[in-house]
Amino acid sequence: MNALKAGRAGAYVFTYGSSLLFLIPVYLLVNLAIRPAGDFTPAFLPSIRATGDNFAQVWAQSGLPSAIATSMLITTVSCLAILIISTMAAYPLARSTAKLSTTTFYFFLIGLLLPAQVALLPLYLTMRDLGLLGTPWALIVLYVGGNMPFAIFLTTTFLRSSVPLEFEEAARIDGCSDSQVFLHVVLPLLRPVLGTLIILVGVGIWNDFFSPLLYLAGSGITTIPVAIYQFVGAYSTNWSLIFAALIISMVPVLTIYLVFQRYVIQGFAGGLKG
Amino acid sequence: MTTTLQTPDIVPVTQTRTHGPRRRRSSVGRTLWWFALPAVAVYLLIVIIPTVQGGYMALTNWSAFKLDANFIGFGNFITLFHGDSGAAALRTLFIAVATVLVQNAIGLLLALMLNGRLRGRNVLRTIIFAPMVVSPLVVGYLFKYIFGPPGTGAINVALKSFGAQQIDFLGNPTSALWIVILVVVWQFTGSTMIIYLAGLQGVPPELLEAASLDGAGTWAKFRHITLPLLAPAVTINLMIGLIGGLKIFDQIFAITGGGPAGSTETISTLIFKYFSQFGEYGLSAALAVVLAIGVAILSLVQFAVLRRQERNA
Repeated sequence: MNALKAGRAGAYVFTYGSSLLFLIPVYLLVNLAIRPAGDFTPAFLPSIRATGDNFAQVWAQSGLPSAIATSMLITTVSCLAILIISTMAAYPLARSTAKLSTTTFYFFLIGLLLPAQVALLPLYLTMRDLGLLGTPWALIVLYVGGNMPFAIFLTTTFLRSSVPLEFEEAARIDGCSDSQVFLHVVLPLLRPVLGTLIILVGVGIWNDFFSPLLYLAGSGITTIPVAIYQFVGAYSTNWSLIFAALIISMVPVLTIYLVFQRYVIQGFAGGLKG
Repeated sequence: MTTTLQTPDIVPVTQTRTHGPRRRRSSVGRTLWWFALPAVAVYLLIVIIPTVQGGYMALTNWSAFKLDANFIGFGNFITLFHGDSGAAALRTLFIAVATVLVQNAIGLLLALMLNGRLRGRNVLRTIIFAPMVVSPLVVGYLFKYIFGPPGTGAINVALKSFGAQQIDFLGNPTSALWIVILVVVWQFTGSTMIIYLAGLQGVPPELLEAASLDGAGTWAKFRHITLPLLAPAVTINLMIGLIGGLKIFDQIFAITGGGPAGSTETISTLIFKYFSQFGEYGLSAALAVVLAIGVAILSLVQFAVLRRQERNA
């Protein structure tokens, strides 16, 4: 019995202890960001004279305000376009029994296996030829195309397994056209999977560093990760300032996470299993 | 393909509706087939055509200095094999395997604990999962400071105030590699845990109770009931972790930049380096093809294992 008790105590120590370990970097992040310039107390000791100066300075001097706007624009437009285009495609792909439709579905699945790096340079040249380099559109088109396989996989399999055909047949009998059925019957039923999709795809787009680094280079437009990269390059030793910038960059996504926590966690669990 | 085995009753709640193929004849496909056209077009433009072009480029000696590329067959792959990318590939594999093992061990233990009645378990879940939504680059910079050089890094300053020897964590190839692994584990253990938690929803409490009544201990119950039912979650976590690990880029870029002296360079950072610094487009594409093959093999293994588990379940 004593061994059992010891085991249980060990498990509690492990759980709470590791949660604490997860928090230490966050403590350092905040602790340093609120520290006034010229305060050289060791980082682990709490900052006594807390200040918001670093945040104000970052807001005024970094490209973050406009980068946040750009990131919001790119993420929103891309997510909307992905939702619209992928659900439209998923509907006939899930419902039609034609051979071509099955083939098309598998054709999309191939995309899940192809890593983006192979397409990197040809895609860059395509964007250049289309005149999209240095504009947010390059990224939006890229994200929409790149996320199509996963989006179509998720929505099509959900339609097949969890949306009963009966509703659509009933609507058809009541005189709805095919597109009306799609709009008024199928789309509302797709809500759970669309939530998952927005969360997974949205977080990925929001945090993507590599593509904007490449496609927006030299344009003066930046997204949040690129703005952070540039800011760190410019203030490489002023960690208080850098950490204030990191916190500002994290606020939007963490706010959304905390508000929609349950859905975010469910979305990840459901989507990654998909 | 037409006969799917009936899924047994012991499945997570979300899957209870999966009975056999339920596709019935429908006319939708004929009238709404054009709904799929925008998706096909953007997919061809962004994924298929550039990938095929990239695959061809890998067989040429195209570079920033040689724009009229010649077909050189597998020459790039031979160059890669002789160059430093072999070491980078092994290192990438090591990072992937190490992160996956640590992450799954901690993630599974945490999931088991947070699945039970534990004070503050929702708060703990929120905390542990939170790093997952933050940009890997940002997380990278945070840890770059924590493990910074003697005199500035948080840990080193702490070591100094205790009078201990300071350590140049990121200046040493071995410790730099382990710090990259630690950072990935810190950020993604939460998602591993969440997938295990979802898997644990599918373990019926009655079964565990029955086993307890029959005298099974904690370990026996875990080994013979929980673990077999978690098999799909294990597969998914291993594969997501391995594939993510093979592609690792942002963290390296932020923390070590591939250094010291190229000792933390991975496949993805090398692809970027060949491409942007050296202008070796063909070589860069060839390395990307190598990565693609690795990822594709892992994905197919995952698919096959999951299918077999489903059939055996």
